[in-house]
Amino acid sequence: MRAPSDLVSRVFRTPDAIRRFSIGDWDSLVSQARQAGLLARMHHMLQQNGLAATIPSVARWHFDAAATLSDKRQIELRGEVQQIRAALARLDFPLIVLNCAADVMADLPAARGRLFSDIDFLVPRAQLAQVESALALAGWYTVGLPDYDQHYYHRWMLEITPMQHVRHATVIDVHHAILPESARYHPDSAKLRNRAVAVQGLPGVAVLAPEDRVLHAATQLFHNSELAHGLLDLSDIDLLLRKASTETAFWMQLLARAEEMHLSRPLFYALRYAKHFFATPVPDEVDSSLLSAAPHGVILNLMDCIFTRALAPAHPGCEDTFTPLARSAAKLHAHLRRRPQRLLIPHLFHKAFISSYQRDPKPA
Amino acid sequence: MKLLQLPPATLHRQLAGPGIWLRTGPFSLRVQSGIPSIAEGLAQLYGQFEVRNPHEAFADFHVTINPSKGWRRWFRRQINFTLDGIPSFKPLPYDQAFPMLEWGLNWCVSTQAHQYLIIHAAVVEKNGLAAILPAPPGSGKSTLAAALMLSGWRLLSDELTLVDRKTGLIHPLPRPVSLRNQSIDTIRAYSPLAVINRESRDTLKGMVAHLRPLRDSVQRQHEPARPGWIIFPKWTAGSDTAMVPRSKSQTFMFLAQNAFNYSHLGAEGFRVGTALTEQTPCYDFQYSRLDEAVAAFDRLAATPSTGQNGN
Repeated sequence: MRAPSDLVSRVFRTPDAIRRFSIGDWDSLVSQARQAGLLARMHHMLQQNGLAATIPSVARWHFDAAATLSDKRQIELRGEVQQIRAALARLDFPLIVLNCAADVMADLPAARGRLFSDIDFLVPRAQLAQVESALALAGWYTVGLPDYDQHYYHRWMLEITPMQHVRHATVIDVHHAILPESARYHPDSAKLRNRAVAVQGLPGVAVLAPEDRVLHAATQLFHNSELAHGLLDLSDIDLLLRKASTETAFWMQLLARAEEMHLSRPLFYALRYAKHFFATPVPDEVDSSLLSAAPHGVILNLMDCIFTRALAPAHPGCEDTFTPLARSAAKLHAHLRRRPQRLLIPHLFHKAFISSYQRDPKPA
Repeated sequence: MKLLQLPPATLHRQLAGPGIWLRTGPFSLRVQSGIPSIAEGLAQLYGQFEVRNPHEAFADFHVTINPSKGWRRWFRRQINFTLDGIPSFKPLPYDQAFPMLEWGLNWCVSTQAHQYLIIHAAVVEKNGLAAILPAPPGSGKSTLAAALMLSGWRLLSDELTLVDRKTGLIHPLPRPVSLRNQSIDTIRAYSPLAVINRESRDTLKGMVAHLRPLRDSVQRQHEPARPGWIIFPKWTAGSDTAMVPRSKSQTFMFLAQNAFNYSHLGAEGFRVGTALTEQTPCYDFQYSRLDEAVAAFDRLAATPSTGQNGN
């Protein structure tokens, strides 16, 4: 595999490298890390490694300002999750928070230095209507979407249309599954809910079990057609793995769970690229047992060509001639994993020719 | 080295090639552009600013401003502004390149520089005290700030008041002053010192041109100032000049709503905002004639500030 050429992942792999950085390196690093959404997390990581004082004074405010934003968002997010909990208090199931919001609520390392926008949570599909109306009563409304999108969400997607509170900017996404029903394998979300872990000190709020969190993050990364922050999402996986693997049984549980939910392939890719960009420590036995989940060698070479480029920061300094092609290929790959061709082709046709026309009406 | 020391041909070549490194107030920029009106605008308005070789210096913001690709190269030409190589706005007509650079730079600062509470206000200084001029668009704050600068006040900024979160001091960002429509001729007629670049027509804000900051303002761009007054200017045709005290709580509310990053700073934003309004006298200021307005500001600067009006 071609070695990562970006400075951002290099600093995460070998933080000590910054001691030898020239002012030109810092210039590129700040710019790349800003576009990758990783300034605040890098600041935190450098602090933990006792390297924060190495940041030259001209560059320091960029890290501090990003950390200010990220700290503020975490406080806001805790408040908003509690408001959502309160709005759903009468419903008889725990509120399972997903993604970054879960990392914040469970106080995981992956929460640190994360700038997020949405709050995602998982509820049983049968309760969706109740949840939607309880949220509407408490001031959340459905973000205006064209009819086609609304219909598509309800029929095929893993979530209802995003909702926003009348008084906050945060968008919340109510999921009933972690993969759309149109995907080849869409794990039964009851299995995920059954193993959810309660958040200490916050009755009625839960997060997924550690191995399910990793699997969810991995499936999202390789089923998501928006890879603008791919490196940030991969960094989440890296931090989740580093934290969870302090428990001895973790890796075996992760492998078994991936097998059970037919998610070994995305897990294989997630570990492969987490090691590539972040030098995530993964035991050899785990690698060898995942070999059966690897694609054919030719395909794997192609995937490496695509994802070593598409997951790098979206910054001209990290791109080569093939990067634009790799990004398009990653998008197509995500679309194909989310829905079979019989759905994909009409869907893309609608997006290209009908939605774009409807959304951009010419003034009379 | 100052930008005016670069021969025009070198400036054009560097700008179109690796770009030029420029310092404005606390921020350094690397600007790259192949558009002649950008080189002209920089030569006309940024002459006093420090430049360096872009390969040797750290830049806070890497921006480019270049023509859109594709068929737009030939028909109804457009331009794109990028930060770190990523387009940040919808393209604008080719004629608006220079205003787009100025708006783009304001956007870079207001969305990133959270070491300051950033208030949407013009700010000028005399005798070490800053007059902050927050006001809704169209109230004539830029015109007034321009006239004050041309009458011996130091320009700190015409758009972005940077309040240091630690010290409460105001940091200068003396870039060109944006003038619109009739203000362009008003300021041109107001003082022979006024150097204004070519107008861009039909922008979202009407006709726009920029006034060069005076040398003193640029040379002292690293010298912060203590907040002296918060004054809400309102240009009303035919009105008399009147400066009346204004409620501090209303002033605080307005500043909070008109700060770019108040909500991002949380409790810290509240602390900085209240400290600023509590220690600073607040006024409403109505005017129609610029020379009378400037005289009223000069009288204010001559009286020692007490900070005790309003409630």
